[in-house]
Amino acid sequence: MKRGLIPFAIFLVVVGFLFKGLFLDPREVPSPLVGKPTPQFSLPRLDNPATIFSPKEMLGKVWLFNVWASWCGACRDEHPILVELAKTGFVPVIGMDYKDTRPEAQQWLDQGGNPYNLVAVDADGRVGIEYGVYGVPETYVIDKAGMIAYKQIGPVTYDALRDKIIPLVKRLQAQ
Amino acid sequence: MKLTPVVCLIVILGLLQSVSLWAQEAQPLQANAAVEVQVERLSTQLRCLVCQNQTIADSHAELAQDLKQEIRAMAAKGMTDQAIIDYLVARYGDFVRYKPPFNPVTSLLWLGPFGLLLAGGFGLFVMLRRRQTMTTDAPLSADEARQVSELLK
Repeated sequence: MKRGLIPFAIFLVVVGFLFKGLFLDPREVPSPLVGKPTPQFSLPRLDNPATIFSPKEMLGKVWLFNVWASWCGACRDEHPILVELAKTGFVPVIGMDYKDTRPEAQQWLDQGGNPYNLVAVDADGRVGIEYGVYGVPETYVIDKAGMIAYKQIGPVTYDALRDKIIPLVKRLQAQ
Repeated sequence: MKLTPVVCLIVILGLLQSVSLWAQEAQPLQANAAVEVQVERLSTQLRCLVCQNQTIADSHAELAQDLKQEIRAMAAKGMTDQAIIDYLVARYGDFVRYKPPFNPVTSLLWLGPFGLLLAGGFGLFVMLRRRQTMTTDAPLSADEARQVSELLK
Protein backbone atom coordinates (compact mmCIF):
# COMPACT_ATOMS: atom_id res chain seq x y z
CA MET A 1 0.00 0.00 0.00
CA LYS A 2 2.74 2.41 1.02
CA ARG A 3 4.77 1.59 -2.10
CA GLY A 4 2.06 2.88 -4.40
CA LEU A 5 1.71 6.12 -2.50
CA ILE A 6 4.79 7.91 -3.84
CA PRO A 7 4.10 7.28 -7.55
CA PHE A 8 0.51 8.29 -6.93
CA ALA A 9 1.64 11.53 -5.30
CA ILE A 10 3.91 12.25 -8.30
CA PHE A 11 1.03 11.45 -10.61
CA LEU A 12 -1.19 13.94 -8.77
CA VAL A 13 1.46 16.67 -9.01
CA VAL A 14 1.85 16.09 -12.76
CA VAL A 15 -1.92 16.10 -13.22
CA GLY A 16 -2.05 19.36 -11.27
CA PHE A 17 0.49 21.01 -13.58
CA LEU A 18 -1.16 19.70 -16.73
CA PHE A 19 -4.57 20.84 -15.54
CA LYS A 20 -3.24 24.34 -14.93
CA GLY A 21 -1.64 24.17 -18.36
CA LEU A 22 -5.04 23.73 -19.97
CA PHE A 23 -5.95 27.29 -19.02
CA LEU A 24 -2.73 28.98 -20.10
CA ASP A 25 -2.60 30.78 -23.40
CA PRO A 26 0.82 30.29 -24.97
CA ARG A 27 0.22 33.34 -27.13
CA GLU A 28 0.17 35.56 -24.10
CA VAL A 29 3.78 36.51 -23.77
CA PRO A 30 4.32 39.05 -20.99
CA SER A 31 5.33 42.35 -22.53
CA PRO A 32 8.52 43.94 -21.25
CA LEU A 33 7.05 47.29 -22.24
CA VAL A 34 4.55 47.40 -19.38
CA GLY A 35 5.76 50.05 -16.93
CA LYS A 36 7.90 51.70 -19.59
CA PRO A 37 7.29 54.91 -21.54
CA THR A 38 5.43 54.59 -24.84
CA PRO A 39 7.83 54.35 -27.77
CA GLN A 40 7.64 57.64 -29.64
CA PHE A 41 6.69 57.82 -33.28
CA SER A 42 5.28 60.19 -35.88
CA LEU A 43 2.84 58.59 -38.29
CA PRO A 44 0.42 60.04 -40.83
CA ARG A 45 -3.26 59.91 -39.99
CA LEU A 46 -5.67 57.75 -41.91
CA ASP A 47 -8.23 60.50 -42.47
CA ASN A 48 -5.60 63.01 -43.56
CA PRO A 49 -2.15 61.72 -44.59
CA ALA A 50 -0.76 65.26 -44.35
CA THR A 51 -1.40 65.38 -40.60
CA ILE A 52 1.02 63.58 -38.32
CA PHE A 53 0.09 61.91 -35.06
CA SER A 54 2.56 61.43 -32.25
CA PRO A 55 1.80 59.89 -28.81
CA LYS A 56 3.15 63.08 -27.20
CA GLU A 57 -0.14 64.74 -28.11
CA MET A 58 -1.93 62.49 -25.62
CA LEU A 59 0.18 63.44 -22.58
CA GLY A 60 -2.04 64.29 -19.61
CA LYS A 61 -4.76 61.86 -20.71
CA VAL A 62 -5.37 58.21 -20.07
CA TRP A 63 -5.93 56.56 -23.46
CA LEU A 64 -6.14 53.25 -25.25
CA PHE A 65 -3.85 52.47 -28.14
CA ASN A 66 -5.40 49.80 -30.33
CA VAL A 67 -3.38 48.12 -33.07
CA TRP A 68 -5.63 46.73 -35.80
CA ALA A 69 -5.82 45.88 -39.49
CA SER A 70 -8.56 45.26 -41.99
CA TRP A 71 -7.03 41.86 -42.83
CA CYS A 72 -7.18 40.71 -39.22
CA GLY A 73 -9.94 38.27 -38.37
CA ALA A 74 -9.96 38.73 -34.61
CA CYS A 75 -10.29 42.49 -35.11
CA ARG A 76 -13.74 41.80 -36.54
CA ASP A 77 -14.82 40.34 -33.18
CA GLU A 78 -13.29 43.20 -31.30
CA HIS A 79 -14.53 46.07 -33.40
CA PRO A 80 -18.17 46.29 -32.20
CA ILE A 81 -16.96 46.24 -28.59
CA LEU A 82 -14.65 49.16 -29.28
CA VAL A 83 -17.45 51.00 -31.07
CA GLU A 84 -19.65 50.54 -28.04
CA LEU A 85 -16.88 51.67 -25.69
CA ALA A 86 -16.24 54.76 -27.81
CA LYS A 87 -19.94 55.73 -27.68
CA THR A 88 -19.67 56.10 -23.89
CA GLY A 89 -16.84 58.60 -24.30
CA PHE A 90 -15.22 56.97 -21.27
CA VAL A 91 -11.70 56.88 -22.65
CA PRO A 92 -10.12 58.09 -25.89
CA VAL A 93 -9.10 55.30 -28.25
CA ILE A 94 -6.30 55.90 -30.74
CA GLY A 95 -6.01 53.29 -33.47
CA MET A 96 -2.96 52.21 -35.37
CA ASP A 97 -3.65 50.61 -38.72
CA TYR A 98 -0.93 47.98 -38.99
CA LYS A 99 0.48 46.84 -42.35
CA ASP A 100 -2.68 47.68 -44.20
CA THR A 101 -3.78 49.70 -47.19
CA ARG A 102 -5.61 52.97 -46.76
CA PRO A 103 -8.65 52.16 -48.94
CA GLU A 104 -9.26 48.86 -47.14
CA ALA A 105 -8.82 50.44 -43.73
CA GLN A 106 -11.16 53.30 -44.64
CA GLN A 107 -13.74 50.85 -45.96
CA TRP A 108 -13.52 48.87 -42.72
CA LEU A 109 -14.28 51.98 -40.67
CA ASP A 110 -17.08 53.04 -43.01
CA GLN A 111 -18.73 49.65 -42.67
CA GLY A 112 -18.15 48.76 -39.01
CA GLY A 113 -18.19 52.24 -37.51
CA ASN A 114 -15.27 54.30 -36.32
CA PRO A 115 -14.48 53.97 -32.62
CA TYR A 116 -11.22 55.88 -32.90
CA ASN A 117 -10.50 59.48 -32.01
CA LEU A 118 -7.97 59.15 -34.78
CA VAL A 119 -6.10 56.42 -36.61
CA ALA A 120 -2.38 56.48 -37.33
CA VAL A 121 -1.13 54.47 -40.30
CA ASP A 122 1.83 52.12 -39.81
CA ALA A 123 2.04 50.87 -43.37
CA ASP A 124 5.35 48.99 -43.11
CA GLY A 125 5.00 47.78 -39.52
CA ARG A 126 8.13 49.52 -38.22
CA VAL A 127 6.30 51.22 -35.35
CA GLY A 128 4.66 47.87 -34.60
CA ILE A 129 8.11 46.45 -33.94
CA GLU A 130 8.82 49.33 -31.53
CA TYR A 131 5.71 48.31 -29.62
CA GLY A 132 6.52 44.61 -29.70
CA VAL A 133 3.42 43.84 -31.77
CA TYR A 134 3.35 40.23 -32.93
CA GLY A 135 -0.32 39.48 -33.25
CA VAL A 136 -3.04 41.88 -34.20
CA PRO A 137 -5.15 43.09 -32.43
CA GLU A 138 -3.21 44.36 -29.47
CA THR A 139 -4.32 47.10 -27.13
CA TYR A 140 -2.25 49.21 -24.75
CA VAL A 141 -3.52 51.22 -21.81
CA ILE A 142 -1.38 54.35 -21.50
CA ASP A 143 -1.44 56.64 -18.47
CA LYS A 144 -1.29 60.42 -18.15
CA ALA A 145 2.51 60.42 -17.99
CA GLY A 146 2.72 58.40 -21.21
CA MET A 147 3.65 55.12 -19.50
CA ILE A 148 2.30 51.79 -20.71
CA ALA A 149 0.19 50.40 -17.88
CA TYR A 150 -1.22 47.28 -19.53
CA LYS A 151 -1.13 45.35 -22.76
CA GLN A 152 -4.00 43.26 -24.04
CA ILE A 153 -2.84 40.66 -26.51
CA GLY A 154 -5.63 39.52 -28.79
CA PRO A 155 -9.07 41.06 -29.03
CA VAL A 156 -10.55 43.27 -26.35
CA THR A 157 -13.46 41.27 -24.96
CA TYR A 158 -16.31 42.32 -22.68
CA ASP A 159 -14.63 40.32 -19.91
CA ALA A 160 -11.29 42.03 -20.40
CA LEU A 161 -12.98 45.44 -20.41
CA ARG A 162 -14.99 44.75 -17.27
CA ASP A 163 -12.30 42.96 -15.27
CA LYS A 164 -9.12 44.69 -16.32
CA ILE A 165 -9.25 47.64 -18.67
CA ILE A 166 -12.10 49.74 -17.26
CA PRO A 167 -11.02 49.41 -13.59
CA LEU A 168 -7.44 50.21 -14.59
CA VAL A 169 -8.43 53.26 -16.65
CA LYS A 170 -10.59 54.53 -13.77
CA ARG A 171 -7.69 54.13 -11.40
CA LEU A 172 -5.28 55.88 -13.74
CA GLN A 173 -7.74 58.70 -14.43
CA ALA A 174 -8.06 59.35 -10.70
CA GLN A 175 -4.30 59.74 -10.35
CA MET B 1 -1.78 45.18 -82.87
CA LYS B 2 0.73 44.24 -85.55
CA LEU B 3 4.01 42.77 -84.47
CA THR B 4 6.13 45.55 -85.87
CA PRO B 5 9.76 45.90 -84.80
CA VAL B 6 8.81 48.89 -82.67
CA VAL B 7 6.21 46.89 -80.73
CA CYS B 8 8.74 44.08 -80.28
CA LEU B 9 11.24 46.58 -78.93
CA ILE B 10 8.71 48.00 -76.47
CA VAL B 11 7.79 44.50 -75.27
CA ILE B 12 11.44 43.53 -74.84
CA LEU B 13 12.22 46.76 -73.02
CA GLY B 14 9.26 46.15 -70.75
CA LEU B 15 10.50 42.65 -69.95
CA LEU B 16 13.99 43.93 -69.31
CA GLN B 17 12.62 46.52 -66.96
CA SER B 18 10.70 43.94 -64.95
CA VAL B 19 13.83 41.78 -64.78
CA SER B 20 15.79 44.72 -63.42
CA LEU B 21 13.02 45.27 -60.87
CA TRP B 22 13.50 41.75 -59.58
CA ALA B 23 17.20 42.34 -59.36
CA GLN B 24 16.58 45.41 -57.26
CA GLU B 25 14.45 43.48 -54.87
CA ALA B 26 17.07 40.81 -54.37
CA GLN B 27 19.92 43.25 -54.04
CA PRO B 28 19.92 43.85 -50.25
CA LEU B 29 20.67 40.17 -49.72
CA GLN B 30 23.91 40.44 -51.60
CA ALA B 31 24.86 43.89 -50.36
CA ASN B 32 27.23 42.87 -47.62
CA ALA B 33 28.35 39.31 -46.91
CA ALA B 34 29.42 40.03 -43.33
CA VAL B 35 26.05 41.58 -42.55
CA GLU B 36 24.31 38.57 -44.07
CA VAL B 37 26.34 36.20 -41.91
CA GLN B 38 25.37 38.18 -38.84
CA VAL B 39 21.69 38.27 -39.87
CA GLU B 40 21.75 34.52 -40.44
CA ARG B 41 23.45 33.85 -37.12
CA LEU B 42 21.02 36.06 -35.18
CA SER B 43 17.90 34.88 -36.93
CA THR B 44 18.63 31.29 -35.91
CA GLN B 45 18.83 32.45 -32.28
CA LEU B 46 15.59 34.41 -32.25
CA ARG B 47 12.05 33.17 -32.01
CA CYS B 48 9.27 34.04 -34.40
CA LEU B 49 6.56 35.17 -32.00
CA VAL B 50 3.77 34.40 -34.41
CA CYS B 51 4.62 30.72 -34.89
CA GLN B 52 6.44 30.41 -31.53
CA ASN B 53 8.17 27.12 -32.25
CA GLN B 54 10.19 28.36 -35.20
CA THR B 55 13.16 30.63 -35.36
CA ILE B 56 13.01 33.79 -37.42
CA ALA B 57 15.30 32.08 -39.91
CA ASP B 58 12.87 29.19 -40.43
CA SER B 59 9.67 31.16 -40.40
CA HIS B 60 7.88 32.61 -43.39
CA ALA B 61 5.51 34.64 -41.23
CA GLU B 62 5.39 38.26 -42.26
CA LEU B 63 6.55 39.46 -38.87
CA ALA B 64 9.60 37.20 -39.09
CA GLN B 65 10.47 38.72 -42.46
CA ASP B 66 10.04 42.21 -41.03
CA LEU B 67 12.20 41.39 -38.04
CA LYS B 68 14.86 39.94 -40.31
CA GLN B 69 14.80 43.17 -42.29
CA GLU B 70 15.08 45.12 -39.05
CA ILE B 71 18.02 42.98 -37.93
CA ARG B 72 19.64 43.50 -41.32
CA ALA B 73 19.29 47.28 -40.95
CA MET B 74 20.81 47.17 -37.47
CA ALA B 75 23.63 44.89 -38.58
CA ALA B 76 24.38 47.22 -41.47
CA LYS B 77 24.72 50.04 -38.95
CA GLY B 78 27.45 47.97 -37.29
CA MET B 79 25.55 46.97 -34.15
CA THR B 80 26.90 43.96 -32.27
CA ASP B 81 24.94 40.72 -31.81
CA GLN B 82 24.35 41.57 -28.17
CA ALA B 83 23.06 45.07 -28.97
CA ILE B 84 20.62 43.69 -31.54
CA ILE B 85 19.37 40.96 -29.19
CA ASP B 86 18.96 43.55 -26.41
CA TYR B 87 16.96 45.74 -28.79
CA LEU B 88 14.53 42.91 -29.54
CA VAL B 89 14.33 41.68 -25.94
CA ALA B 90 13.42 45.22 -24.84
CA ARG B 91 10.39 45.04 -27.17
CA TYR B 92 9.35 41.39 -27.20
CA GLY B 93 10.73 40.10 -23.90
CA ASP B 94 13.04 37.19 -23.13
CA PHE B 95 10.69 34.88 -25.02
CA VAL B 96 12.10 36.17 -28.31
CA ARG B 97 15.38 34.41 -27.49
CA TYR B 98 15.46 30.75 -28.35
CA LYS B 99 17.96 30.14 -25.58
CA PRO B 100 16.41 31.67 -22.48
CA PRO B 101 18.76 33.62 -20.18
CA PHE B 102 19.32 32.42 -16.63
CA ASN B 103 17.38 34.59 -14.20
CA PRO B 104 15.04 34.03 -11.23
CA VAL B 105 12.04 33.43 -13.52
CA THR B 106 13.82 30.82 -15.64
CA SER B 107 15.82 29.18 -12.84
CA LEU B 108 13.33 26.32 -12.54
CA LEU B 109 13.60 25.76 -16.28
CA TRP B 110 17.39 25.59 -16.15
CA LEU B 111 17.85 23.73 -12.87
CA GLY B 112 14.66 21.61 -12.87
CA PRO B 113 16.05 18.79 -15.05
CA PHE B 114 19.16 18.48 -12.87
CA GLY B 115 16.96 18.48 -9.78
CA LEU B 116 14.85 15.69 -11.28
CA LEU B 117 18.00 13.74 -12.19
CA LEU B 118 19.32 14.06 -8.63
CA ALA B 119 15.97 13.05 -7.13
CA GLY B 120 15.76 10.07 -9.49
CA GLY B 121 19.33 9.00 -8.71
CA PHE B 122 18.67 9.27 -4.99
CA GLY B 123 15.46 7.27 -5.32
CA LEU B 124 17.27 4.58 -7.34
CA PHE B 125 20.08 4.43 -4.76
CA VAL B 126 17.62 4.04 -1.89
CA MET B 127 15.66 1.37 -3.77
CA LEU B 128 18.77 -0.66 -4.65
CA ARG B 129 20.04 -0.49 -1.09
CA ARG B 130 16.70 -1.68 0.21
CA ARG B 131 16.58 -4.49 -2.32
CA GLN B 132 20.08 -5.61 -1.32
CA THR B 133 19.00 -6.03 2.31
CA MET B 134 15.81 -7.73 1.16
CA THR B 135 17.60 -10.38 -0.87
CA THR B 136 20.37 -11.35 1.56
CA ASP B 137 18.60 -13.94 3.67
CA ALA B 138 16.39 -16.33 1.77
CA PRO B 139 17.69 -19.75 2.78
CA LEU B 140 16.26 -22.76 0.97
CA SER B 141 14.16 -25.15 2.89
CA ALA B 142 15.33 -28.76 2.98
CA ASP B 143 12.61 -29.66 0.51
CA GLU B 144 13.67 -26.92 -1.95
CA ALA B 145 17.34 -27.93 -1.64
CA ARG B 146 16.43 -31.49 -2.58
CA GLN B 147 14.41 -30.24 -5.60
CA VAL B 148 17.35 -28.09 -6.77
CA SER B 149 19.86 -30.91 -6.52
CA GLU B 150 17.44 -33.19 -8.40
CA LEU B 151 17.10 -30.62 -11.18
CA LEU B 152 20.84 -30.17 -11.44
CA LYS B 153 21.53 -33.86 -11.73
